[in-house]
Amino acid sequence: MPLSIRGLVKRYGETEVVAGIDLHLRPGECFTLLGPNGAGKTTTLRCALGLSAPDAGEIELAGLPVPGRAREARARVGVVPQQDNLDPDFSCAENLLVYGRYFGLQDAEIAARIPELLAFAGLEGRQGAKIGTLSGGMKRRLTLARALVNRPQLLVLDEPTTGLDPQARHLIWERLKQLIRGGTTVLLTTHFMDEAERLADRLAILDAGRILTQGSPREVIAAQIEPQVVEVFGEFDGNGGAPAWAARHAAALALRHEVSGETAFCYLTDPAPLLAHLATQPALRYLHRPANLEDVFLKLTGRELRD
Amino acid sequence: MKPIALDAARTTACPPSRWRPPRLSRRFVPVWRRNFLVWRKLALPSVLGNLADPVIYLFGLGLGLGMLVPEVAGVPYISFLAAGMVCFSTMNAASFEALYSGFSRMHVQKTWDAILNAPLELDDIVFAELVWAASKALLSGAAILLVVVLFGFAEARYALWVLPLIFLVGLCFAALGLVMTALAPSYDFFMYYFTLFITPMTLLAGVFFPLEQLPPALRLLTELLPLTHAVQLARPLLLGELPAQVSLHLAVLAAYAIGAFWLALAVLRRRLLK
Repeated sequence: MPLSIRGLVKRYGETEVVAGIDLHLRPGECFTLLGPNGAGKTTTLRCALGLSAPDAGEIELAGLPVPGRAREARARVGVVPQQDNLDPDFSCAENLLVYGRYFGLQDAEIAARIPELLAFAGLEGRQGAKIGTLSGGMKRRLTLARALVNRPQLLVLDEPTTGLDPQARHLIWERLKQLIRGGTTVLLTTHFMDEAERLADRLAILDAGRILTQGSPREVIAAQIEPQVVEVFGEFDGNGGAPAWAARHAAALALRHEVSGETAFCYLTDPAPLLAHLATQPALRYLHRPANLEDVFLKLTGRELRD
Repeated sequence: MKPIALDAARTTACPPSRWRPPRLSRRFVPVWRRNFLVWRKLALPSVLGNLADPVIYLFGLGLGLGMLVPEVAGVPYISFLAAGMVCFSTMNAASFEALYSGFSRMHVQKTWDAILNAPLELDDIVFAELVWAASKALLSGAAILLVVVLFGFAEARYALWVLPLIFLVGLCFAALGLVMTALAPSYDFFMYYFTLFITPMTLLAGVFFPLEQLPPALRLLTELLPLTHAVQLARPLLLGELPAQVSLHLAVLAAYAIGAFWLALAVLRRRLLK
């Protein structure tokens, strides 16, 4: 098993940042931890890597007990941290060389692998480039290549595409899919739904240190939320906006509804009666779509801002 | 069915004490090499920069003040000052590396975080920083040693014995510096260390004048300062004599190095392995 976590608890002072988490990764899958800021994603990863001592629970990483044998376990794992920490004094190739040495690899062995790693990162011909001259996307890709220097069986990524533009994100996703196809197990954290839906074989939604639900994206959507969503907004008969409309009609037409700002979100199985009703309200506008992971996420973790 | 109490005991982890002894291994070598590779890119300006300060002191004070005080403790003032400058230079090089450069790697560039994701432990990283700062100090101390020997301010007879001493002094001040780095919220913090510890110590440790000049009460204090013991070993060696109480001085320097390293590691474990 690449990673197995049972009953993980981590407290900082009185706060339980991780409040009893169970996770079992299967070899070759992409598992995603999805959660708002402060949900405990990064702390869970730190505990899994043996960088933070848990207050309770059992962890096994790459078949070895953590924290007891975390150091040896990390030899089989690659990590892409949330914050880039490439060596600014070094070129791309030097970054890979120096990092490979930390794994006890011989210089010749690493040097032979550098062209392949740079090609994977889309940085061919840039072996001599200083880190300061790279774009944000290039740095992330080089960090990803660096995490692969030891040919890890498990790759751990903490919010790998936060702060990247769409082109750069797509390229990272493309590379991760390539790795998953090649048999690498991937564990990633994110707060982007599209990232989770695109990449995850299975995912867990985390909030306040607990797993609220887990399964494949489809399973989670099917289990947690009504299949259809109608978002209603605009004017309602000169009586105010969608919130006023929802107060009067939504309960009768939808299984469940929520009002957020000027929009009413209606969740239902059969949208026909609601759509028929909306056809009689020309000032109201609406968007009808299938339920997605974001709906589940917002239902489970609420709509309040997390800072 | 398993008894519940046993089960709870099994799953409740007991975090290891952060005061556990340092676990040292050869794994520190790649981290030392990382720092060496960075240094190599800037080697010449770095060595010249480290030399400038002690050389200016040596010639400025040694020749200028030396005109007014022709002899101190039976030798020309500049010869008296030579050993002090070697120790001063070593101390400064180790301190700057462990403080400013160490803090950059730990806190600003997050280099340590990157290394911690590899199969190394914090103990390996901090030990590498210790040895690295002492290595740089060795270079600085050796450079000024070469200057004083070449200019004839020091006797060459025992001068090579000063090299291992320089390395030990480097370890001692690197370890003390790492304690500060472990505690520092920002670079500004290091100013206190220099103004409240390093500078007063330089003035009280017999670098510029013999300790006998100090009032007895202050003498007691100076005996506690690591730089005093460094100077008391280096000065006789550079005057071509064998120092007295060698094991005492070495023991004090070693005790500072080991004690401070352990303390730094404990504070860093709390800071970085939360």
